[in-house]
Amino acid sequence: MVALSQERLASRKNGSVRRSSQPGFDRVFRIASLGSALLVLLVLAGIIGAMIYGGWPAFREFGFGFITSSVWNVNEDQYGAWVAIVGTLSTAVIALAIGVPLSLGIAIFLTQFCPPWLKRPVATVIELLAAVPSIIYGMWGLFVFAPLFAKYVQVPVSSVVEGMPIVGTILYARTPSGVGVLTAGIILSFMIIPFIASIARDILDQIPSVLRESAYGIGCTTWEVVRNVLLPQAGVSIIGAIMLGLGRALGETMAVTFVIGNANRLSGSIFDPGSTIASRIANEFNEAIGLQLNALMALGCILFLVTFVVLVLARLLIARVRTA
Amino acid sequence: MKIMSFAMAAGFAVASLTTPASAADITGAGATFPFPIYAKWAEAYNKETGNRLNYQSIGSSGGIRQIRAKTVDFGATDAPLKGEDLQKDGFVQFPAVMGGVVAVYNLQGVASGQLKLTGEVLADIFNGKIAKWNDAKIAQLNSGVKLPEAAITPVYRSDGSGTTSVFTTYLSQVSEGWKSGPGAGSSVQWPVGQGGKGNEGVAALVKQVPNSIGYVEYAYAKQNSIPFAQLQNKSGKFVSPDAKTFQAAAANADWKSAPGYGISLTNQPGDEAWPITAPTFILVPKSPEKPEQVAEALKFFDWSFKNGDKMAIELDYVPLPDPVKEQVRATWKSEIKNASGQPVFTQ
Repeated sequence: MVALSQERLASRKNGSVRRSSQPGFDRVFRIASLGSALLVLLVLAGIIGAMIYGGWPAFREFGFGFITSSVWNVNEDQYGAWVAIVGTLSTAVIALAIGVPLSLGIAIFLTQFCPPWLKRPVATVIELLAAVPSIIYGMWGLFVFAPLFAKYVQVPVSSVVEGMPIVGTILYARTPSGVGVLTAGIILSFMIIPFIASIARDILDQIPSVLRESAYGIGCTTWEVVRNVLLPQAGVSIIGAIMLGLGRALGETMAVTFVIGNANRLSGSIFDPGSTIASRIANEFNEAIGLQLNALMALGCILFLVTFVVLVLARLLIARVRTA
Repeated sequence: MKIMSFAMAAGFAVASLTTPASAADITGAGATFPFPIYAKWAEAYNKETGNRLNYQSIGSSGGIRQIRAKTVDFGATDAPLKGEDLQKDGFVQFPAVMGGVVAVYNLQGVASGQLKLTGEVLADIFNGKIAKWNDAKIAQLNSGVKLPEAAITPVYRSDGSGTTSVFTTYLSQVSEGWKSGPGAGSSVQWPVGQGGKGNEGVAALVKQVPNSIGYVEYAYAKQNSIPFAQLQNKSGKFVSPDAKTFQAAAANADWKSAPGYGISLTNQPGDEAWPITAPTFILVPKSPEKPEQVAEALKFFDWSFKNGDKMAIELDYVPLPDPVKEQVRATWKSEIKNASGQPVFTQ
């Protein structure tokens, strides 16, 4: 930086020929980059505006009840978002519960234990997971994963827990079809693993090796190094990586639509079918007219809001980690 | 899956074929149910005339929206528009082809066609009133068939669709409980069961969930060999779905009884009639801004009416009866006019 500005000062003093053309170019360059930044903001504002405008009739018609009501009846034009909101949040939470430990495990293995010759293939394969289109996850989930899941998980688990308090409700499949909220959560976890794992790996890689080596030097075990040196160092950034995964899990559409069972009912069991905001929109948008279309737009607004709240919470959390 | 991949291949072929500059490009959008046959017709039509059809199967209400916005030459819808809407929008509506919806099931040891159901029982199953396969109401229709003492899992289309509209229209006609409950529509509030997206989603769930029952288009069930049930028709006879029983349902229909041929072919009289049969419709403007484009679209359907019956049957659709085709042509001539009042369709 210092060298650069000195050089610039020097060139100004010298009054080189190139200098005269630079202010004009600089201005254009500045305006162009400002334009790029503003364009994105404008598009975002336009999308939010269009969603609110489109969803407004539904909010006006149902008021706050739109969020708390679990009715979704196209024939009687009665709409409520509660079931979809609960489905969105519960699938995302399941996805994180499964995906985060796995991703961190992958990242730690790759940076701490992995023999060098294996590092590249494993990392590449995991990044390839991110390149799989979501519809492929959906089809694989429905045609391959769901039947296996029904046979080897839902049926045995249901017969074990049947009649037990609490777990007998949460883990009981009335119809073991393989699709449902838990299946959607598992498929989602596969989809967010590559994001969290590769970012976490990059972060762990960037920690100065002198830190790690000094820890080993004073006799720490690998576990102690990971637990007390690496994770605290990378903590904030890893939360950022997790939030990125969460963002994808909340908004994922096609794969979830295939495997969640698409029922507008609340159920105590995570084996039962449900629906998410995104899957509801994907299912009904094609054939929606009138108030139904407005209600779907309003659902979109809520998804926006939910994602926004999650991101704000993430920021607050990061801020707290920073001050602590 | 086969029908879809074929249709997609056909769609790409239609889109990518290079034709002389003079060839007309017809655009249409709407219903997904007739997409495979429109794509097949378009491919053959393109080979013969060089004219191309670009049909986007975006769903019926999408098709209605697009033709209202005049972004396409014709719209396609499974559920007919009402007379007053046709009047208001200035559309002419006519049927293009017919198809049937069948109840498919997954019951161990019960082969295709062995299960017999009435409309009332089917409605009660999808309403959750009949919850077990060995319920007396099912058993008395199926003496000799071994029905398991297992819970029934109904499977429905989760996406809004013409198939659901036809199916629920039928259930509303035969069951008071259904009519006052979920009712008829392209997506309804299902009290029980699971939803699959598209025909393939329903088929996949029915195939892998034991003791389930769902509904799909006939072509889909047949090509994927999913067992389907016999249904009791309005005349009290049990019939199997096939081209013959679909045609029988159309035979007694009074097409002129509703504006824009917008009749329902569900629950039609006749010993042979399959009870869940439905036509799919085309919408074109009465006084088009681009009459030459609409003329091209009508020429395409005229050609398909003349040459497309065999292709339709191959894909398990049902062609319109010849007298109905004649009526439709007469409607084109008398109702679709250009700015100077001349009929757009002149053949």
